[in-house]
Amino acid sequence: MDDLIIAGEKFSSRLIMGTGGAPSLEVLDQALAASGTELTTVAMRRLDPSARGSVLDVLRGRGIKVLPNTAGCFTAGEAVLTARLAREALGTNWVKLEVIADERTLLPDPIETFDAAERLVADGFVVLPYIGDDPALARRLEQAGCAAVMPLGAPIGSGLGIRNPHNIELIVEAAGVPVILDAGIGTASDAALAMELGCDAVLLATAVTRAQRPDLMAAAMRGAVQAGRLARQAGRIPRRRYAEASSPMTP
Amino acid sequence: MRVTINGSPREVPDGTTVAQAVRILTSATTGVAVAVNDEVVTRGSWDTTALGDSDRVEVLTAVQGG
Repeated sequence: MDDLIIAGEKFSSRLIMGTGGAPSLEVLDQALAASGTELTTVAMRRLDPSARGSVLDVLRGRGIKVLPNTAGCFTAGEAVLTARLAREALGTNWVKLEVIADERTLLPDPIETFDAAERLVADGFVVLPYIGDDPALARRLEQAGCAAVMPLGAPIGSGLGIRNPHNIELIVEAAGVPVILDAGIGTASDAALAMELGCDAVLLATAVTRAQRPDLMAAAMRGAVQAGRLARQAGRIPRRRYAEASSPMTP
Repeated sequence: MRVTINGSPREVPDGTTVAQAVRILTSATTGVAVAVNDEVVTRGSWDTTALGDSDRVEVLTAVQGG
């Protein structure tokens, strides 16, 4: 498969993993290994002195690049501070920008997200914003200097798949930066569809970490992303209303 | 003086530095970041940054999420 390139950095895997929802670091470690991912998100939280083991050790052990996110932030100000703390703690200027509007839907707040993106780009961050499936906002964020855009397929953790494939296609058509389908993936066919629609990568967590067999689902997602990418590059046949014979009709 | 560390009020001696405040919670110095009153204090400044009365100290690290 061809490389994914974000901000000049190459990845041979187009599956970006999240770490939320795993029942233990051991299960997470096995799932990440099976996924083949090279880029994985973590959240920033208050240090808990009683916590044992660290997700960072798991990522370091697998040689996976860490992508801090701003999960849990409701305002641009909170997100900018969280990104700066992540840069300080983890030594990376990459950030998955996530500013949510409310806890019930966890949908991204476009106004706060755009405000934070502008401030973080100006501060030298490589910004990957999580957004709704809005082609206009995706274009504006690219113009603002974001290194990728990450439209959702469906709400975080919902497993509803890609609710508006048409909008994802519109975002892909117009984008000059990688489009990463983020959130909503429920099973392998959803990830394959994202790639068939032209997305450059898929980011998922819950679909793997809360599957009955996380390592098995991670392997399924890895295969689905590869299959979807190949199908996209191969170019699918047009949909037809009636049959078209593939064998000669005369004896 | 009284400061808040990760949301908990604490009584600390005058002149307590950011480095000393962090050590109350952890001996780790990598993978950890500190903000005082919503401003990042870089690791190189922990030893030389003294806390003031009612400062809000946040000590963060990476956890599973997203």
